Amino acid sequence: MQSRKKETSMDKMNIGLAKRYRKERRFRLFGLAAVFASITFLGILFVSIAANGWTAFQQTEILLDVHFDTAEFDVDNLYSVNYGALVKNSMRSLFPEVKGRSDKRDLYRLMSSGAVYILQDMVMKDSGIIGSTQQIWLPADDEVDMLMKGHISRDVTEGDRRLNDKQISWVDTLVAEKRLEKKFNTTFFTAGDSREPELAGIRGAAVGSLFTLAVTLLLSFPIGVATAVYLEEFAPRNKWTDLVEVNINNLAAVPSIVFGLLGLAVFLNIFGMPRSAPLVGGLVLTLMTLPTIIIASRAALKSVPPSIREAALGVGASKMQAITHHILPLALPGMLTGTIIGMAQALGETAPLLMIGMVAFIVDVPGSVTDPSTVLPVQIYLWADSPERAFVERTSAAIMVLLAFLISMNAIAVFLRRKFERRW
Amino acid sequence: METMGAVADIGDLVFPGVETMVREESRQEEKVEREDRSTVGRPFVDDARMTCRDVNVYYGEKHAIRNVSIDVGRNEVLAMIGPSGCGKSTFLRCLNRMNDTVDSCRVFGDIQLDSLNIYDKSVDVVPLRAQVGMVFQKPNPFPKSIYDNVAYGPKIHGLASSRTDLDGMVESSLKKAGLWKEVSDRLDQPGTGLSGGQQQRLCIARAIAVRPEVILMDEPCSALDPIATATVEGLIAELQEQFTIVIVTHNMQQAARVSQRTAYFHLGDLIEVGSTDRVFTNPRHRLTEDYITGRFG
Repeated sequence: MQSRKKETSMDKMNIGLAKRYRKERRFRLFGLAAVFASITFLGILFVSIAANGWTAFQQTEILLDVHFDTAEFDVDNLYSVNYGALVKNSMRSLFPEVKGRSDKRDLYRLMSSGAVYILQDMVMKDSGIIGSTQQIWLPADDEVDMLMKGHISRDVTEGDRRLNDKQISWVDTLVAEKRLEKKFNTTFFTAGDSREPELAGIRGAAVGSLFTLAVTLLLSFPIGVATAVYLEEFAPRNKWTDLVEVNINNLAAVPSIVFGLLGLAVFLNIFGMPRSAPLVGGLVLTLMTLPTIIIASRAALKSVPPSIREAALGVGASKMQAITHHILPLALPGMLTGTIIGMAQALGETAPLLMIGMVAFIVDVPGSVTDPSTVLPVQIYLWADSPERAFVERTSAAIMVLLAFLISMNAIAVFLRRKFERRW
Repeated sequence: METMGAVADIGDLVFPGVETMVREESRQEEKVEREDRSTVGRPFVDDARMTCRDVNVYYGEKHAIRNVSIDVGRNEVLAMIGPSGCGKSTFLRCLNRMNDTVDSCRVFGDIQLDSLNIYDKSVDVVPLRAQVGMVFQKPNPFPKSIYDNVAYGPKIHGLASSRTDLDGMVESSLKKAGLWKEVSDRLDQPGTGLSGGQQQRLCIARAIAVRPEVILMDEPCSALDPIATATVEGLIAELQEQFTIVIVTHNMQQAARVSQRTAYFHLGDLIEVGSTDRVFTNPRHRLTEDYITGRFG
């Protein structure tokens, strides 16, 4: 009797056990599927961006024999020299058979309009080259670039193409003469924005992002950590601190554009700060990231075991000593993580910056936090909005630069966390 | 009736024989009944290092300690025993104002260290805690090197005039704590890498490095195995020569082994104080007797 009874209960348990294990396996499978799905999506994202963008790191250039004719330099200053004529002369000397106004204009269009500035810069740097003939690689027009990269099809009818048959034949001649090649696109990393895709670069936006983030970090980290330390360690628990806490949590969920409006109203209109400046952008992003940093820092402080606090107080450390000597070092990795998350958020933020004018078309690379500038995500937005085909790849390339920024920031965060992490 | 029988059983064990039963009867008449919560025994001593008078502690609305008056004698080990939640740890933490860190905790009454009221407004808690050190239930070394753990106290109080001075203090503290032989060759290694018993002795070394007068120990052996416990108990006996020690413990054998006087707390009341021998062999209060005979707690 007894043994039978025992058996039946074991049998029941075994049935249940199989069920439990099935459940567990199913759950594990779901988890794996979720991980795979997210990795796949991420992979698709990265691959499509890289596939679109990698060509932007190359730029078609044309080798010209430019004769710096002394006659052309017979003017008051070097700025008013007609550099366009120099380019046109050397283009004509490559194709002496081209006659007629419209043909000539088509020929000149193969060259980027930025070529004249390159010549001007060369002369400004070294006026000794006046009178000589130099072999110079100059950027081709973005349409030629697109043709070389296969984005303009030769098969469609001439009227549907941005380049006509003659222009394509000239390009082919230049390629055959090894005067037209794809070279590494240094302009993309050294120039600011431009209406001409072949002259547009990411540097202005990158430097603007750097300045903005520097301002954000310098303001939000100390303020955020100080707030967290005060609220967690010193503030009495009453309805006022409760109110502060609730409001900080609410601020973390406020749409970022609201912070932009606040920045516009307060920083620009009341304080009269400069428009489009990284300083104001940094201030606005500081407001936006502060809640994130405060919440993360408070969580980090809370996670320090109270025994450490008691140990410090027990040997006669003052409250401040206990905090600075023991609690802060232990909470620092968590605080840094929160800060980096906040900074990454700030780096990718566009909406609040639109409100304070950082969406303007700015050609110059900013030299200080008060110079007008854009930031990387705004630059991506601007380029994505531009009609030229060549801006498509530049948009992707700019996203790649932004991702590189993010990855390096996260790498720094991981490094710092490893460095400061201590066990107890 | 049942409890009466049980008391008689104990009497049989201690005083076997018929005629002792008569003495047992008479002794039972002396016992203070359970309802009476006034302190029995001798809470006061002549040569007191710390004196506590009418101490009351509240956690918010909860009355955690009621009218406790007791002295801590010079160079004695005072053990505080009692069931969980009886307030012995709370009372211990009043002695170096560790309860200040608890927001809802309010302390009333008079606690004097060397005739100075430690709850006086003019008293700074920082030097007070240097005078009254503390060892906690769970070993809590700082996540720093063994050397830094011990040197931290002297450093923040400016006790060492030079590096060699500090080295000497660290060494003597570790020696007093009986840890020097085990760690002298790895002072730069993290204190958290030691075993539980070693960590607790490191915490004792850290406490004595600032040369306190009184050391409070809050169940220092509850997280340790019997061998480590024996080491720490031996250490307490040695430390007694230099320091006054107040120890809270759940382990009655431990209280019997290490202390000269024992105080029994029950639900916030100090029930009985007396020499350890007397309290354990001849408790005068029913509650004390119930506890030490294992009827509850």
